[in-house]
Amino acid sequence: MTFFYDKLLGGKQGAIGLAIIALLILVVFPLTLDLFRLNLVGKYLTYAFVAVSLVLLWGYGGILSLGQGIFFGLGGYGMAMFLKLEASDPESTKIQSTPGIPDFMDWNQITELPWFWVPFESFGFTLLAILTIPALFAFIIGFAMFKRRVSGVYFAIITQAIALILTVLIVGQQGYTGGINGITDLRTLNGWDIRDDSSKYILYFINAFLLLGCVLVGRYVLTSKFGRLLLAMRDKEDRVRFSGYDVSNFKIFVFCLAAMMSAIGGAMFTLQVGFMSPSFVGIVPSIEMVIFAAVGGRMSLIGAIYGTLLVNYGKTVFSESFPEVWLFLMGGLFIAVVMFFPNGLAGIYEKYSKRLFSCLRNGGDCGRRVTARILSFRTKSRATDDRRTGEAA
Amino acid sequence: MNTQATEGLWRHARKLLVAMSLGGSLAIGPVHAAPPTADVNTTGLAVTDSTVKVGILHSLTGTMAISETGAQEAEKLAIQQINDMGGILGRKIEIIQEDGASDWPTFAEKSRKLLVNDKVAAVFGCWTSASRKAALPVFEKENGLLYYPTFYEGLEQSHNVIYTGQEATQQILAGLDWVAKEKGAKTFYLIGSDYIWPRTSMKIARKHIENVLGGTVVGEEYKPLGDTSFGSVINKIRLRKPDVIYAAVVGGSNVAWFKQLKAAGITGQKQTLLTISVTEDEVLGIGGENLEGFYSVMKYFQSLDNENNVAFVKAFKEMHGKDSVIGDVTQAAYLGPWLWKAAVEKAGSFDVDKVVAASEQGDIELHTAPEGYVKLHPNHHLWSKTRVAQWSKDGQAKVVFESDLIEPNPFPEGYQ
Repeated sequence: MTFFYDKLLGGKQGAIGLAIIALLILVVFPLTLDLFRLNLVGKYLTYAFVAVSLVLLWGYGGILSLGQGIFFGLGGYGMAMFLKLEASDPESTKIQSTPGIPDFMDWNQITELPWFWVPFESFGFTLLAILTIPALFAFIIGFAMFKRRVSGVYFAIITQAIALILTVLIVGQQGYTGGINGITDLRTLNGWDIRDDSSKYILYFINAFLLLGCVLVGRYVLTSKFGRLLLAMRDKEDRVRFSGYDVSNFKIFVFCLAAMMSAIGGAMFTLQVGFMSPSFVGIVPSIEMVIFAAVGGRMSLIGAIYGTLLVNYGKTVFSESFPEVWLFLMGGLFIAVVMFFPNGLAGIYEKYSKRLFSCLRNGGDCGRRVTARILSFRTKSRATDDRRTGEAA
Repeated sequence: MNTQATEGLWRHARKLLVAMSLGGSLAIGPVHAAPPTADVNTTGLAVTDSTVKVGILHSLTGTMAISETGAQEAEKLAIQQINDMGGILGRKIEIIQEDGASDWPTFAEKSRKLLVNDKVAAVFGCWTSASRKAALPVFEKENGLLYYPTFYEGLEQSHNVIYTGQEATQQILAGLDWVAKEKGAKTFYLIGSDYIWPRTSMKIARKHIENVLGGTVVGEEYKPLGDTSFGSVINKIRLRKPDVIYAAVVGGSNVAWFKQLKAAGITGQKQTLLTISVTEDEVLGIGGENLEGFYSVMKYFQSLDNENNVAFVKAFKEMHGKDSVIGDVTQAAYLGPWLWKAAVEKAGSFDVDKVVAASEQGDIELHTAPEGYVKLHPNHHLWSKTRVAQWSKDGQAKVVFESDLIEPNPFPEGYQ
């Protein structure tokens, strides 16, 4: 019981935070939003998988990956390949020169299903591939980078380059991948119409539970010894190494874990949006995901979800109300967050909730000692923040 | 949940209204210009007694904004003119504009918003094939109606889309016939950007060159979207000396492509070049001096000298500034609202299925189109003429050839 409470929920504070977000996602949104808006929230929440993974990787591990879109894309494409094959049965593709293969292959004069598409006819294999292929890919990248002690800015640039390479590859090999159009017009999952209203509700809830599951896994990792090692590695990598730990193995592990989380998000994205395209693999979406995590607060798993929701909500609302100038408003939002709340939404919450809680505990009387303690806490945390940003720069 | 409940109520109320008004009209008999809403809208669209809502969905931001702006402006012009004439079925058109932001899933998201939340009767929008492919499943699922303005690769015919631009065979075959006959061309070098439209177009061009014209293709090459280095292609072209360079390079790459051609001494005086991807909009970026003497194959050029076009260009410049230019897609976008008006009036209803059924009769036609007379084919594409025009320094093109009306054929036999 204490294992569950302390490790998974992260104590009282963590449990409250988790309960609030669960209430919001599982109860408040489905009850108050119409299906179209709920579907949008579902789409945003798939990005939150990546933001959560970035909290682990970047916030705690200090590994800034500007290429999480790679794994989001691999997961999404895995699911899209399965759905596309199911949508391309000979009956519904009978106007093609070669019935039974995806339409874009037919347009590119391909007459036979390529070998790497064949296993995706099996749902079991697809699920397995969605988890293992990104993890394997992350392992290869991580092994090559971390064993050679590539880190910091260099690592960020290399992940960005890989994201770009993968996009170019997908766009260039359009006969095998659907090219720039992506894989579109997906219909059913094992005969179950994913475009129906009821299936949209079901997919939303599956998505929400998976996301909360990822948060729990993240909590577990962070409260374990591994989590403390991650922090230690971020702040003083050499000391950890001198203590006899093989730093690179830990980094590879957290990188693979983040890749798997992102891939689940990608697969859920495909299911809810109904297609996958290279525009989710490249540099821009990868950086956007980092922004989501930064706005939410990169040290908070739950903050990342709020950050994703807030940024995307802003995007949708601004672009609907002011189609001509909405990008400027988004830019303004980012600047405001970075200028005034360098620790993101979670930072704001922590700053004010601590004060609020101690006031409540003292019966509304915020004595001088408490205020002083908060002040000293704040200056301390600010000092460490400054050091951190100094390092990052 | 709540909205569903209210919607149910509405539907119920509407049914009652329909029943009541049906009874009413039976008693009175057919009359007036503005038929009751319950008659013209049985599917819950955003139609009132005096207004009807439509959507415009183009990229206002991002890399495609520069291309899509013209289309969006033309649609607004057409809608304003229709409203000035009294609207459709006695109802003024109200526009709900959304930004696709050059991002394909956003097109899908905004399409759903327009159809599900706003219940628009029709949407005018999309530009790239990728955005259409992303939005298409939404239109089919929600049974919306999309007017798509861009010339494109064909291989598609959706119940829910009316294609007002040319499909690939319409644009390509006539141009190739012209260059073979007029210039005696036998050898062709094909070059395009690497995505579905250039590849499909080149596939059709190659089949036509080899099987019909008896010519040869001496080179076929694709460059990634946005690529700006054409040095190696230009060297190969110099080596193989084709009679015709046949180009489908798009977007920003165009600027580099034509500048580098000129720098290499390949100009309109010495080399025949036929492009299917350059309209007046692109020329703004490329510069007329880099294009002088080359040919474009399109269905529309701003310089067309007919009554309809002169009026259209004048009205367009009045609304959007005298420096604005009008390209092929802009004109095709302008046709969208007019074709919709014609089909709605023929159907006597805004219901999508009825409008589509009216459109499929094959007798929706526009005599006032800037490109001249057009007619809607039952396969949802337009009968249209194809023109070859030669560019001059000032960024305008002079039409040197005009075909007869060409039947649209999105699934061309023998060209796949």
